[in-house]
Amino acid sequence: MALNTVQPQTPGFVAAVSAGAGALFGLFVGTAQGSGFIGIVIGAALLAALGFVLSGMREREKPLRWLITAGFLIAGLVLGGISAAIVGALFGWFAGWFIFWLATSRYRAHLAPYLTPGQVLWHYTFRVICGAIFVFLITPILVVMPLSFNAQDFFTFTPEMLRFDPAGYSMKHYEDFFSNSDWQNALWNSIKIAPMATLLSVGFGTLAAIGLSQPHVPFRRAIMAILISPMIVPLIISAAGMYFFYSRIGLQGTYFGVVLAHAALGIPFVIITVTATLVGFDRSLTRAAANMGAGPVTTFFRVQMPLILPGVISGGLFAFITSFDEVVVVLFVGSAGQKTLPWQMFTGLREQISPTILAVATILVAISILLLTTVEMLRRRSERLRGMSPS
Amino acid sequence: MSDSTASGPVLAADGTPLKRSLARALRMQKLRALMLIAPLLLFVLLTFIAPIADMLFRSVENKIVVTTLPRTVQALQEWDSNSGEAPGEAVFQELYYDMFVAAEAKEHTKLGTRLNYERTGISSLFRSSGRKVDDIGEDHVKAIENASDKALKDEALWFEIMTGGAGAETNDAPLSAGRQRLSNLTDTSFSGDIGFVPGSAISEILPETTQAYTDFALFTAVADNDVVAEEDPWETAFVALATELQADPARLDGYAGPGADALKAAAEAVAGLEPIAFKPAFLDIDKDWGDSENWKTIQIYSPRTTNGYFLNAVDLQKGTDGIEARPENQQIYITLFTRTLIMSLIITGSCILLGYPVAWILANLPTRTANVLMILVLLPFWTSLLVRTSAWKVMLQQQGVINEVLVWLGMVPDEARLVMINNQFGTIVAMTHILLPFMILPMYSVMQTINPTYLRAAKSLGATNWTAFWRVYFPQSVPGIGAGSILVFILAIGYYITPEIVGGTKGVFISNRIAYHISSSLNWGLAAALGTILLVVVLLLYWAYDQIVGIDNVKLG
Repeated sequence: MALNTVQPQTPGFVAAVSAGAGALFGLFVGTAQGSGFIGIVIGAALLAALGFVLSGMREREKPLRWLITAGFLIAGLVLGGISAAIVGALFGWFAGWFIFWLATSRYRAHLAPYLTPGQVLWHYTFRVICGAIFVFLITPILVVMPLSFNAQDFFTFTPEMLRFDPAGYSMKHYEDFFSNSDWQNALWNSIKIAPMATLLSVGFGTLAAIGLSQPHVPFRRAIMAILISPMIVPLIISAAGMYFFYSRIGLQGTYFGVVLAHAALGIPFVIITVTATLVGFDRSLTRAAANMGAGPVTTFFRVQMPLILPGVISGGLFAFITSFDEVVVVLFVGSAGQKTLPWQMFTGLREQISPTILAVATILVAISILLLTTVEMLRRRSERLRGMSPS
Repeated sequence: MSDSTASGPVLAADGTPLKRSLARALRMQKLRALMLIAPLLLFVLLTFIAPIADMLFRSVENKIVVTTLPRTVQALQEWDSNSGEAPGEAVFQELYYDMFVAAEAKEHTKLGTRLNYERTGISSLFRSSGRKVDDIGEDHVKAIENASDKALKDEALWFEIMTGGAGAETNDAPLSAGRQRLSNLTDTSFSGDIGFVPGSAISEILPETTQAYTDFALFTAVADNDVVAEEDPWETAFVALATELQADPARLDGYAGPGADALKAAAEAVAGLEPIAFKPAFLDIDKDWGDSENWKTIQIYSPRTTNGYFLNAVDLQKGTDGIEARPENQQIYITLFTRTLIMSLIITGSCILLGYPVAWILANLPTRTANVLMILVLLPFWTSLLVRTSAWKVMLQQQGVINEVLVWLGMVPDEARLVMINNQFGTIVAMTHILLPFMILPMYSVMQTINPTYLRAAKSLGATNWTAFWRVYFPQSVPGIGAGSILVFILAIGYYITPEIVGGTKGVFISNRIAYHISSSLNWGLAAALGTILLVVVLLLYWAYDQIVGIDNVKLG
């Protein structure tokens, strides 16, 4: 006899657990309609009945699940229009899946067979908790996106948007971003400052990282501590110090001053990523190149550079995003002529709130997804190049 | 190895001892590494470390009193601050000259603002005195101007008297003293030829007048870009002349230089007048000059360095008998520091609570699923801080998404929407979300290295789930918690943007106060002192982080 003793569950068990889920949903729907208690009772009764009946019809799972989804969709449509229909369909889909998931004991299939029911319950509770934390992590970013298409100047969902009425949506905040001179100036300033700062930090940083990964470096720890410090020192302190010092030497309020400040802030990221890439670098390659008559410069550009390039580029991307995203230092070191995109957003958030900010935010999220993908691909390529992991 | 070298030291191929040859190679290697690092090190030192050092310096620097009122500070040294009386005539006379120059350079209000941080009301005292200081000694000025057929109303004659005429012997001392004083005062250079050098004869007979005129000449030529000989001298020159002539009319006896008659006529004109009384004149402008407390403040803050900003930053002040607590209504910084610490701890705590399960599940799921879920952690990490902060503003507002949903569900009545923004709750929620990836990533990298068989072994030996976790898994994951916590705490304690936007008044951190002092109240010294305290705390934590994790082991993404 097989060790795996997964058996279909009894109708009573399915009905009881589904009733619990039904009660939870019923509570929400009920309070929305005026009475939470009635909602709980109706939801629990409805799902308990469904669970009891359906657990006996396991072999016809697919059509039954479609049926439940369609049923709740129609019920929603009749009771509350399109948005309620969507909520209903989602709930119906969930209910169908949940009941059959319980009834066929699929939930135990990939768990160790010796687990007690309590442990199984904890296993899934833990997953639900983790899911909630993931929702917490991602919701704020997702909420911004639909709101940026709001036809009204509100920071919240209008009834039109919830009814999926096309009149509730518009591109006007995007149009505002692309036509408003304040925003366009800010965008251009960001585009002018960030690449220069990145270039500086990548240039100096890569050289220094190569120096730091040599076998014998005196005061390595102290030097590393100094080079990493711009990342550790709170931005407000860096900003204050730079403001005082740069105004002494006449760099405050200049493009050059902002570029220097941002380059300093980006350096730790370049150092960290490039030294990490150099950890796996095989020194015999440079010796081999030298052996074959290549000078140090040729060796660097033809042998070492191609191998550490992924690390350099991802360090550069970090430096770029640091500068592109930075607001505290530029707020103090820059003047109105160096107003960057984050600065403009900051002013917008603090003073008059315009939903154009949400359009900008959506564009920035799209950019960061792009950057994230690039960095991830580079990391994998770098690991493959160094033969560290095959995946 | 051949046996011929067995007796002597081992030699390298070129005949030098191997030891020395190796040492040289090692030295070359070190030098090359340092050469590669040097440009960046220099860059960071200049663009980052120097500004930090400048801030540290500013937190104790206090030269404004001594540069604005150099002579007064000198004279004030003899004054007993516990006498309860304002200083005597001599101090007020010096104050007159200092105040006049400062008012011309428009620096007196800066000093007033500076001293106002220490004693409220001084600012207006300086402002009104700066405006009216040129009225002091009015009668004497008029008398000199009117003497000898208004000869001394002629600016060219003044110039001639003071230079001693063309080709006369010159005295550079007043000039260099004046340059020094004015460049200290205005922070700009007063060097270069100004077309005027005081004559040595006149500077011996009328030293005070020469100095006053030299100051005027320097200021006219350098700051105003005018020709000295074509401008009316400052009132200080007249007042100094009157004072000196009244004190000793005989001093002109041997004088035969230019304008001797005019000077003698002036001496006669002022001889009949009362000597200028500086103290009553100042008391007339503002009776607060008679308040010994104001003078005490000036005296206490006259040294070039001060610990006053630091005392202020911890709600103390310098009193008559040393250091004392500030009045209740001015004590805000200790509260702010404790609030910053407590809120950072709460944020770190909630990051641990939320981050631990996520890191655990990421480390224990199959790689493919874990990679997909990892995107949910990395996306917020890569998203602009401003985007996340604005998202939280959208979520938490009274008309925001969370409130709307709660109202729609009927859990909260429409008229009693939750206040979740512009308070500590808003700051904590938003910052926990923003800093959570910094907690999850180090925890994840530590948990990945924990062998799952340990847990199974513990369970097979009879441990319950909880015991196995608590006694076997958790201790191994502590380094990850430590690394993440220090990182999050360091980042949280210095946060500025998020508290500023979602924190309101109750949810702001010490950073917001620092920014306020830099950009609004312009009390840079206090901002620097607060920043220095914050920096020390962060550096201590940084050191701890280095000891526990090692800065070389910081990983990104």
